[in-house]
Amino acid sequence: MMSRKTLDLWVGLFVVLGFGALVFLALKVGNFSGLGGNATYSVEAPFDNIGGLKVKAPVKSAGVLVGRVADIRFDEKSFRAMVRLDIDNRYEFPRDTIATILTSGLLGEQYVGLEPGADEAVFKNGDRVQITQSAVVLEKLIGQFLFNKAAEPSAEPQK
Amino acid sequence: MSGLANFLRRIGAMAVDGVWRLGFATRFLGLVLLYSGQSLRRLPLTIREIYFSGALSLLIILVSGLFVGLVLGLQGYDILQRFGSSDALGTMVALSLLRELGPVVAALLFASRAGSAVTAEIGLMKTTEQLKAMDMMAVNPIARVVAPRFWGGVISMPLLAAMFSAMGIFGGWLIGVVFIGVDDGAFWSQMQAAVDVRYDVMNGVIKSFVFGVAVSLIAVFEGYDCTPTAEGVSRAITRTVVSSALAILALDFVLTSFMFRGQ
Amino acid sequence: MAIESPELPPLVSLSGVRFAYGEREVLRGIDLSVHRGQVVAIMGGSGCGKTTLLRLIGGQLKASGGTVEVAGHDLAGLGNADLYALRRRMGMLFQFGALFTDMSVFDNVAFPLREHTDLPAGMVRDLVLMKLQAVGLRGAATLMPSELSGGMARRVALARAVALDPMLILYDEPFAGLDPISLGIIGQLIRRLNDALGASSVMVTHDVHESLGIVDYVYFVSEGRIVARGTPDEIRASADPFVHQFVNAEADGPVPFHYPAPAIAEQLGGGA
Repeated sequence: MMSRKTLDLWVGLFVVLGFGALVFLALKVGNFSGLGGNATYSVEAPFDNIGGLKVKAPVKSAGVLVGRVADIRFDEKSFRAMVRLDIDNRYEFPRDTIATILTSGLLGEQYVGLEPGADEAVFKNGDRVQITQSAVVLEKLIGQFLFNKAAEPSAEPQK
Repeated sequence: MSGLANFLRRIGAMAVDGVWRLGFATRFLGLVLLYSGQSLRRLPLTIREIYFSGALSLLIILVSGLFVGLVLGLQGYDILQRFGSSDALGTMVALSLLRELGPVVAALLFASRAGSAVTAEIGLMKTTEQLKAMDMMAVNPIARVVAPRFWGGVISMPLLAAMFSAMGIFGGWLIGVVFIGVDDGAFWSQMQAAVDVRYDVMNGVIKSFVFGVAVSLIAVFEGYDCTPTAEGVSRAITRTVVSSALAILALDFVLTSFMFRGQ
Repeated sequence: MAIESPELPPLVSLSGVRFAYGEREVLRGIDLSVHRGQVVAIMGGSGCGKTTLLRLIGGQLKASGGTVEVAGHDLAGLGNADLYALRRRMGMLFQFGALFTDMSVFDNVAFPLREHTDLPAGMVRDLVLMKLQAVGLRGAATLMPSELSGGMARRVALARAVALDPMLILYDEPFAGLDPISLGIIGQLIRRLNDALGASSVMVTHDVHESLGIVDYVYFVSEGRIVARGTPDEIRASADPFVHQFVNAEADGPVPFHYPAPAIAEQLGGGA
């Protein structure tokens, strides 16, 4: 049986290595510093259609990650989707900022893009985004395109 | 006809036995938790078990983690370069290790390295009447022997899984960046962009904690419940490894379906 | 040699004790008492229920009928904490010692002291060395149990059993598997420790000659009942056929040589 001291030393080493690995995973592998536990404020944005937007999807402005989608719910009064955005306290946006649902790449994930306006006042916690632009739904787009195509030849014989 | 009846009877008996054992194991967990206060107050007992379960499993965990990472690097690169996205190698290696391979493989190794040893030790103590002797000396064997081993395992498991994942990512980096020549910056930055600390890292830790509870409980239970003969102990060890593996994989499915639904 | 004091109630008393493992009835009404200072032997053939009897006295099993009283406490009514409190004043020597294999001889004997007292390390050391001295193994303090012979392991276990100076010592087959020298040593130790500690001892054994030399009273158990009792002298002079068979180790007698079977003539040469 080894002495208590040696045993404690090994266990200490083991625990240090274990927590070292955890810290490595948190800091180097994950991006803890990015948007981990930073304080946020939330604003609500109503959309006619959110497409495939999911909770935890990124909120970006000029391509930089500034927040995440915190919650999505259906508003029974306006029949629109209410999307709550948690935005990092470090970033302030004018009150006439436009929120748009965008897609990264052709088939990538959907995210919320913020296009800052020119207002002097900035968003505060609980504010509502006034101008929004819905997701581009591919089926609708194709449907519109076909409808237009169909409309064209039908007009021609009348000439 | 009687063959079939016999077969059905045996299946029925096995089912009843299984349910009985599950009930006993649950009651046993209750007892272990009940007496944990007593034994955690004497920390050196648990520290000793962290040494036997955790520190002695270090080598196998680190080496296995490295090899799994090396293989992930090779296979991941081969698949990803077909889509022209070999830069995402870091993401793939990190996510598969953090979410699945780290907790699961580390737990499987832990069950066969430390779990079986705990079962053997407790089983042997039962066979040689050491547990009874302790009980006659007015020392509760669950508080003195079982609970420290249980907690030693529960504490060691998440740490071992984290080391396994870290070592695996290092292995993937070694193959991808050093040997194949994936861009170092892309490897880390894509990984960091994709890995969410709360979503991926924390869920992995939660998984390994749950596996640690399951494996430790199975190991101490099988040891405590074994038939007190040499043959009984060896059967208990086999059962520990088999039931632990099944429990880990089944729990992994359940936890994954709760945690990662691709919201 | 024993200090019999009729005015004091017996330390251990069993009355009408019954016990069954499931359907199989092992004990069918046992009356037995151990007075303070006595060494009592319970003898009987293998599987007659004498080890069960010892477990009942130690509180490891609960009687299904009758009462088991130790030091005035009815064991059936004791909760876990009270039972443990009582067991601190009991020592038990298991058949093969049951030493803790991961601890040295010293730590084994120190175990009960460390678990139940807050004595400083120096005092624990002195007490342990004194107990080991009593069994003649002070020089073996640093050895591990795997390095001991069977007889030495039994003596270490004995030192551990008496570490807390118990009032009652239970022995489960203390002579099983020992060579004649170790056997004599253990026998002498049982008697000496009992008298030195002012304790009482209950010993379960089938070794007639060794035990008759050291005990004060003997009970014979067969098929779950006490079939004979008496002091060693009474036992030696007994005309009881069972006792006679047991003491003289005869193959056939009240305990039959043959397991019950139909007459041999019916089974042999049957064929058709």
